[in-house]
Amino acid sequence: MTSTIFWTFGILAMLSALLCITRKNPVASALWLVVTLFSIAALFVLLDAQFLAVLQVLVYAGAIMVLFLFVIMLLNLGRPGPSDIKGPLGLGVAVLLGAALLFLLQPLTRTTLPSAITLPPGSVPALQQQQGIVGSVANPLFGAYLIPFEIASVLLLAAIVGAVVLAKRKL
Amino acid sequence: MLLNPALAISAVLFTLGVLGVLLRRNAIVIFMCVELMLNAVNLTFVALAQSLGMGGQVFVFFVMAVAAAEAAVGLAIILAVYRHKQSVSLQNMNLLKDG
Amino acid sequence: MTETAVDQIWLAPALALLGFVLNGVLSLARPRAKTLVSVIGVGVLVASFVVALGVFRSFVGLHAEEPVVFRYWSWMPVGTLQVDFALQVDQLSTVMLLVVTGVGSLIHLFSVGYMKDDPGYARYFAYLNLFVFFMLVLVLGASFPVMFVGWEGVGLCSYLLIGFWFSDEANANAGRKAFIMNRIGDFGFMVAMFMIFWSTGSLDFVTVFAHAPTALVAGGTSITAITLFLFLGCTGKSAQIPLYTWLPDAMAGPTPVSALIHAATMVTAGVYLVARCNLLFAMAPVASAVVAGVGALTALFAATIALKQWDIKKVLAYSTISQLGYMFLGVGTGAISAGMFHLITHAFFKALLFLGSGSVIYALHRAYHHTHSHEDAQDMRNMGGLARYMPWTTALMWIATLAIAGVPPLSGFFSKDGILSAAFLRGTVQPVWLVFWALGLVTALLTAFYMTRLMIYTFHGPSRTGEQEQPHLHEAPWIMTGPLLVLGVLSAVGGVLNVPELIRGNAWLDRWLEPVVLPFSPHYGLSNSTEWLLIGIAVAVAVVGIVGAWRLLKPQQLVPARSAPEERGFARVLRNKWYVDEIYDALIVRPLVWFSREVLWKQVDQRAIDGAAVNGAARGARALGWANRWLQTGQVGMYVAVFVVGVLLLLWRAMS
Repeated sequence: MTSTIFWTFGILAMLSALLCITRKNPVASALWLVVTLFSIAALFVLLDAQFLAVLQVLVYAGAIMVLFLFVIMLLNLGRPGPSDIKGPLGLGVAVLLGAALLFLLQPLTRTTLPSAITLPPGSVPALQQQQGIVGSVANPLFGAYLIPFEIASVLLLAAIVGAVVLAKRKL
Repeated sequence: MLLNPALAISAVLFTLGVLGVLLRRNAIVIFMCVELMLNAVNLTFVALAQSLGMGGQVFVFFVMAVAAAEAAVGLAIILAVYRHKQSVSLQNMNLLKDG
Repeated sequence: MTETAVDQIWLAPALALLGFVLNGVLSLARPRAKTLVSVIGVGVLVASFVVALGVFRSFVGLHAEEPVVFRYWSWMPVGTLQVDFALQVDQLSTVMLLVVTGVGSLIHLFSVGYMKDDPGYARYFAYLNLFVFFMLVLVLGASFPVMFVGWEGVGLCSYLLIGFWFSDEANANAGRKAFIMNRIGDFGFMVAMFMIFWSTGSLDFVTVFAHAPTALVAGGTSITAITLFLFLGCTGKSAQIPLYTWLPDAMAGPTPVSALIHAATMVTAGVYLVARCNLLFAMAPVASAVVAGVGALTALFAATIALKQWDIKKVLAYSTISQLGYMFLGVGTGAISAGMFHLITHAFFKALLFLGSGSVIYALHRAYHHTHSHEDAQDMRNMGGLARYMPWTTALMWIATLAIAGVPPLSGFFSKDGILSAAFLRGTVQPVWLVFWALGLVTALLTAFYMTRLMIYTFHGPSRTGEQEQPHLHEAPWIMTGPLLVLGVLSAVGGVLNVPELIRGNAWLDRWLEPVVLPFSPHYGLSNSTEWLLIGIAVAVAVVGIVGAWRLLKPQQLVPARSAPEERGFARVLRNKWYVDEIYDALIVRPLVWFSREVLWKQVDQRAIDGAAVNGAARGARALGWANRWLQTGQVGMYVAVFVVGVLLLLWRAMS
């Protein structure tokens, strides 16, 4: 059962990603990317990362993609322009490199992790049972990874300042 | 049990992202493909978190934060370039070319 | 050691060098100062001869058994090789010293008259002095490298003097031909030097000859190879088969040059080399046989060509080659003193012959100059009956002719007989030497014949010089005839140097050279009667040759050169020197030129070196630059692609 749903959403993710990269209209590309993000969120749920699934929808699909659409509209690129996919030479090179990449990555699909480092199966749901779904993410976040958390906030501040400065017409 | 399929899907998504970056000329679309790549990586982390611990999920948290920051700044840059060149096509961003 | 005249040996070559420098400066600054040039040119030679006499007398007084070596400075100290610039005074080198300076002085004196009207007078004497310097370094050198310096130097001077009138391309070509053929021989000399150093660890004569019997196996491949390579050098320098063709062409130079360089001294350097290394040749019987055989064969071969030459100097040139063959037959047989004796007597009579022909040519030239004729002054068909105009020259040339033919009691008889009996003697032990002896005998017959032919056609019979020229023919001035006289006396009485003991002579040269040459052991093995028989045969052969020429040749049937008919048949082959030059041209010169042009020039030089290496490097650099250009387009898409390629590479490395 889980497997079926998983593969459904997986295939949906791959298809919509493919459509995303091939649309002439940037808005269409953005929307297909949203679909992809949703599919990935579903996959997150199936992988016992429910908190992250929600975050994905809220932050990625809800904020980042909205920002993308804002900018597209701001620049008036909403209409489908002439095809901006590269010509045959570029296509050939890209396909070649893509194929090479896939070829190099496919051993991953068959690996098994060494048992010395893996946790026993079902340990994540057990943890979530113990600490709650949010708690299982929050505890490490504010515990072992506190400093990266603080730095991430500084990073966001820098990003805000940077974005404002860069987008101003006159400094 | 879901690890290997998840990793396969992640690999395909990443490859599609790379293809998109190589194939498109529109800077914003390229940016979107970069986001796609990041998402593929997120999927990998989450899949491995099931076997290796919660550190994977925490890392996804951070990736998302960074992706947001990066999207903001990147799009600001694209705006600034658009103001100069009136275009977001990658072909026109060739000031590094030796005259 | 007390100072003796022997210590002043360095003066001999130094004086000649001084003459070269002074005359050289004069030729550049004051070419018309002919008197000064003559005084310097002849003066240094005479002074050298005086020094030579002094050294000789002093050396006789020393009764030295070992050579006296004077080291002047350290020339090449390289690791185990120590070569000094050193001169060696011993019995062999003093003999050569006297010949070179003595005959050289006479020829210098002759040149004063012969070259009187030539604009290059100072240059001529400068080169001639330089030649004497190098020749003296050659004969006095105490080691192979020093000798080689002289060897190469005389080759250079030969080139300069053969092509003295270089504005005529044929003369320049003759000079080049001589130099190039000499170089082929020099290669042999050098290889031999390397091998000698390798086996004996030294290049000084004294040391090499002391070590050779122990360092090298007698009769082995090493010593045979060394001696054969040395002989290759000799065939080049002394014009033996196969490197002799330059000598007849060398007649393009002034006649005194032909006399000095190509008769008396330079060409005898090869014989001197074999004599100097007689110990090495004695250790290699195969090589000695080759030397003697090539000598005998060359003697006969050249004599046949001389039978049908019309240019008076060419006859003498082939005669020189032939007589050099005799000398090599002598030293190859092991009879070193016989060979050296012939070298000395040949210097006398051949110089006399050349200078005499120089007088003849001089006379004809002046006559043609008066009548503005362009006939060939050297062709015997334009001569004839000159005896009534030039009696002194005629008489002296007859003396030389009889000497070269081997008529007793003139010098040539004694020296030639010495060689022939040595060959016969060795032939009783090793039969192949009888073949050489027979070749020598036939050559003697031909020598007598062609020399008589020369005399008849030039001095006797009807005169073929034009009617208008005849009143202008007369004897050369005394400055030219004087040296002829001295040489005539020497040719006549020179035999006294080595009268064989058979007729109760003292064999002075044999005994003088004993300290430096191995004894010719079978020398005293012939019975008296056999010796007398051999002498009889030799004399008979000479007489037959002379009389035969006198009876058979008909000078009345000759016509002047311009209207002479072409030879036919065998005579034509002889006239054209057995077509050897043409054969060399077809077999060696043309393929070499073709190879140089088609392969070395077009392929190697133009395509490979210029095209591939030089231009190719440039093209490669440009291509690299062009290729790299595509990496820096300024296009972001390109950068991304390269980025991805890099990532792929890293991934690949990480995965495998």
